[in-house]
Amino acid sequence: MRFKRVYLDNGASTNVDPKVLEVMLPYFTEKYANASSGHTFAQESKNALENSRKIIAKSINAKTDEIIFTSGGTEANNLALKGIAFQNKDKGNHIITTKIDHSCVLESCKWLESQGFKVTYLDVDEEGFVNPTDLKKAITDKTIIVSIIHGNNEIGIIQDLETLGKICREKGVLFHTDACQSYTKTEIDVKKQNVDLMTLNSHKIHGPKGVGALYIKDGIKITPWQHGGGHEKGLRAGTENIHGIVGFAEAVKIANKKHVEHMIELRDKLINGALEIKGSRLNGPRGNKRLCNNVNLSFKGVEGEALGGYLDSKNICSSTGSACSTRSLEPSHVLKAIGLSNEEANGSVRLTLSRFNTEEEIDYVLKVLPKFVKKLRGFSAIWKG
Amino acid sequence: MEYSKRVFEHFQKPKFAGELKDADAVGEEGNIKCGDVMKMYIKVENNVIKDIRFKTYGCIAAIAASDTLCELAKGKTLEEAEKLTYADIIKEIEELPAIKIHCSVLGIAALRNAIKNYRKSN
Ligand SMILES: Cc1ncc(COP(=O)(O)O)c(C=O)c1O
Ligand SMILES: [Zn+2]
Repeated sequence: MRFKRVYLDNGASTNVDPKVLEVMLPYFTEKYANASSGHTFAQESKNALENSRKIIAKSINAKTDEIIFTSGGTEANNLALKGIAFQNKDKGNHIITTKIDHSCVLESCKWLESQGFKVTYLDVDEEGFVNPTDLKKAITDKTIIVSIIHGNNEIGIIQDLETLGKICREKGVLFHTDACQSYTKTEIDVKKQNVDLMTLNSHKIHGPKGVGALYIKDGIKITPWQHGGGHEKGLRAGTENIHGIVGFAEAVKIANKKHVEHMIELRDKLINGALEIKGSRLNGPRGNKRLCNNVNLSFKGVEGEALGGYLDSKNICSSTGSACSTRSLEPSHVLKAIGLSNEEANGSVRLTLSRFNTEEEIDYVLKVLPKFVKKLRGFSAIWKG
Repeated sequence: MEYSKRVFEHFQKPKFAGELKDADAVGEEGNIKCGDVMKMYIKVENNVIKDIRFKTYGCIAAIAASDTLCELAKGKTLEEAEKLTYADIIKEIEELPAIKIHCSVLGIAALRNAIKNYRKSN
């Protein structure tokens, strides 16, 4: 085998950049003080924490004290939705999200429904776009927050935050976005894009797992969910994960435009090559409305988990939206939302890139992928090629 | 999804995948829930399954379990083949994730349908 592993599941998680790890290490063994302690030694931890906060704030054009560190994207999304909902329950009980948001947003919304809140799940078009007119129409005088995923983890669609945020501003409704997938991969500017709350995380950008952040615009009040020692302005108690946070900030510092351009090149090579296979389709949009690292394909007559299994046998890591690969036995809710039939959704594979992938790896994938599609179609019960 | 080594072996190199051109009967079964589809082709001589193939639109478990079932059914009488169960498959491939049981029994149902269809036309 030419490669030990071709890792194309960066949408799920990424390798920690060795440079990130290097910066983290001293915080395990040398600079380990609790940032809340009073002694001089703790100052190092406190400085690292606040410096990291500054880096992350600057990267999205926020102020330093508008950033709250969390244990990841899931916690930040939970805090944003539940925190805003309960803070504003006297003003209204209506929440708006989309049918293609991440499960941690959708499940938070479902739980809020059980607590008496009403949720509207907006449709998207066949590429995954939220129609701004739909949003405008969905907002009522009871609406307290709109939460729309920025870059979609499955089909890569990037929403027009600026337009959607402007609608929310005009209607006096808070606007939250989950930017876990888009962070460092496309422009983010919370001021320009009219964002009130934004979820970020570290492990999709070559930082460590278990670290994330929630941007909360100055002046917005939120009900905390984790109570304790008053950390993070009392909004998120718990001793700060300094080594993780330092790594997160370093990952942000390293990420740059060149990486994005590299990923776009590989992405388009992979898409163009894969679409030469007959009976294939690209799920999600093409061009600059698509995350630079996302490829999602369906092959007629081919079941996604089986295709992923064959790729795995060649040490290529992918993921699938197939029903058979999930606990619920439901095909991907995102692929269904953009209008795919069950069969098309079950036949999907997602290949997500990082800056560490190479052109040779893509050549290799494009060599084996058509063979496996052909092999599966050779004994497919539904392929009539 | 975690699969045993035996499952992966059958999945990677299925011996009975494909169509049986001169099959005497075909049986089909679909799983509406997850969307898997299974077809079993049998060739029968003197009440014995002489040859067998499967075609599927199915996951790793569906492919591995059907291939195993074919291996077990080949050379058996129709009555014996009819009685093959999920437990017989598991004996061969060690284990399957609990959630995959529904995919693994598709082959059994398709085989029973094939036998039923054979009897109808003979
Ligand atoms: C869009 C999106 N939101 C939220 C999450 C959850 O983040 P975390 O794994 O840090 O909890 C992920 C990734 O798993 C994601 O892709
Ligand atoms: Zn299955």
